[in-house]
Amino acid sequence: MTTHSEPTIVNIGPHHPSTHGVFRMRLTMDGENILDVEPVIGYLHRGSEKLAEERNYTQVITLTDRMDYVASMTNNQAYVLSCEALAGVTPTERGMYLRVIGAELQRIVSHLVATGFFLQDLGAFATPLMYSMRERERILDLFEMLCGARITVSYMRIGGVFQDAPAEFWPALRRILDDFPAYIDELEGLITDNEIVTYRTKGVGAISGADAINGSLTGPVLRASGVSWDVRVAAPYDVYDRVTFDVPVGDTGDNYDRYLMRIREIRESLKIVEQCVAQIQPGPVRATNAMLFRPPPGESYVPIEAPKGELGFYLVSDGTIAPYRMHVRAPSLINLTLMKQMLVGWKLADAIVSFGSLDVNMGEVDR
Amino acid sequence: MTTAVTGNELADTVQRRFPEAVEEASEGALRVAPDAIADVCRFLREDALQDFDLLSSLTAVDYVEYFEIVYHLTSIARNASVVLKARVYGREAPALPSVVGVWQGADLQEREAFDLMGVTFTGHPNLKRMLTWEGFQGYPLRRDYLEPPLPYTWPQGG
Repeated sequence: MTTHSEPTIVNIGPHHPSTHGVFRMRLTMDGENILDVEPVIGYLHRGSEKLAEERNYTQVITLTDRMDYVASMTNNQAYVLSCEALAGVTPTERGMYLRVIGAELQRIVSHLVATGFFLQDLGAFATPLMYSMRERERILDLFEMLCGARITVSYMRIGGVFQDAPAEFWPALRRILDDFPAYIDELEGLITDNEIVTYRTKGVGAISGADAINGSLTGPVLRASGVSWDVRVAAPYDVYDRVTFDVPVGDTGDNYDRYLMRIREIRESLKIVEQCVAQIQPGPVRATNAMLFRPPPGESYVPIEAPKGELGFYLVSDGTIAPYRMHVRAPSLINLTLMKQMLVGWKLADAIVSFGSLDVNMGEVDR
Repeated sequence: MTTAVTGNELADTVQRRFPEAVEEASEGALRVAPDAIADVCRFLREDALQDFDLLSSLTAVDYVEYFEIVYHLTSIARNASVVLKARVYGREAPALPSVVGVWQGADLQEREAFDLMGVTFTGHPNLKRMLTWEGFQGYPLRRDYLEPPLPYTWPQGG
């Protein structure tokens, strides 16, 4: 007996636990098989780029916190680097080290969240997520010591950072650096060789290296496809040229590789923080500049390696105190480009997992 | 460190291949004729000496007299970057060819520029509103955009 089925349109989201925010997928299904995918976005659009045109350069830092709200530090960093390039400001040494420490801790936070939710999407309800949230809390405590905020940090400033780390920051950081390798081992022990995880994720949603480059994918998603491209190595900013670390690269570009890249990058981030702690010297944390930052007319674009991929702020200045135009090169948005290629031909349950493996943040997709 | 290829360096190469295309070459960028943008991009991507395989960023800026479309290109193998620009005039229907055929990564970025800045990319396979919704009036990132007076109602989203 043969069965005959008609394509059905299934709507997922925008409010759905697996969509990591307000993301909507319109799937055309034949039974359980995906025939077509259309991502529908914009539910969290707040017009940050337009808002920036009516604020001065320092005020815009608070807007960048609210883009990728799981990785505010790296958003701050990309923005202030672009401002500094615009005006030719050189940040102080200690400021640069504190920025890199903040950014790498933020990368660990972001990758932990990504891993936790990825497992949640696979159906491992709550346990791995709670494990990663538990470790994330400890790093957020460090951010609270640095600047008083845990999520929307606004820690970095043009020319350095907002304030020096307090005395209690360093022993707390030391404890985290000592404890974390064991935590990552514990988390990996639950996942990496888990039979269900490997069965569900290996070979699923694979993207070839050439396709990934052509689709402008960046970050762990690009490296999982076997392309060794990391902005921290290719164009070192702040003090990344003074630290050594490896760039993990996958081979097949499937969901499993994307997960594995993030776990490996957490270990590399710990190495970077360790080296920064050894190298950092006392000194001023912020270069003195005018109360109102007024760069000369011009434009700048300084890409950085954010946890999700290449993040850059394209700033156009007309010589006033507010940017004439600010454009955010948002890795979360651009990493969605190849979603259709990843999902078509797989089952509905794989769509959820593949989307989770991309680790997009809706605050950054919609801005 | 990524080599920033200047517009002046690239101008000769592009000029030789497309005699009409180059409009202005400067330290920061190479500005080409909008009609030639897709051909120039295809050349920069496919030529083995250029090899700009990654479209880092694509955006539009409203300078009131004209719109400037800005392309940040990266070559992964050469570790080099370059900035391309194209100017389109007119506020009613500014348009230039799409580069989706060259880099698929332009897809969502061109849609964003269309949605918020009102620049049409001809040849784009799915050019429609992305961050705002179907039926939204105006282009919010333009310098002359005004919010409609309250109270206002929007048509149902699609």
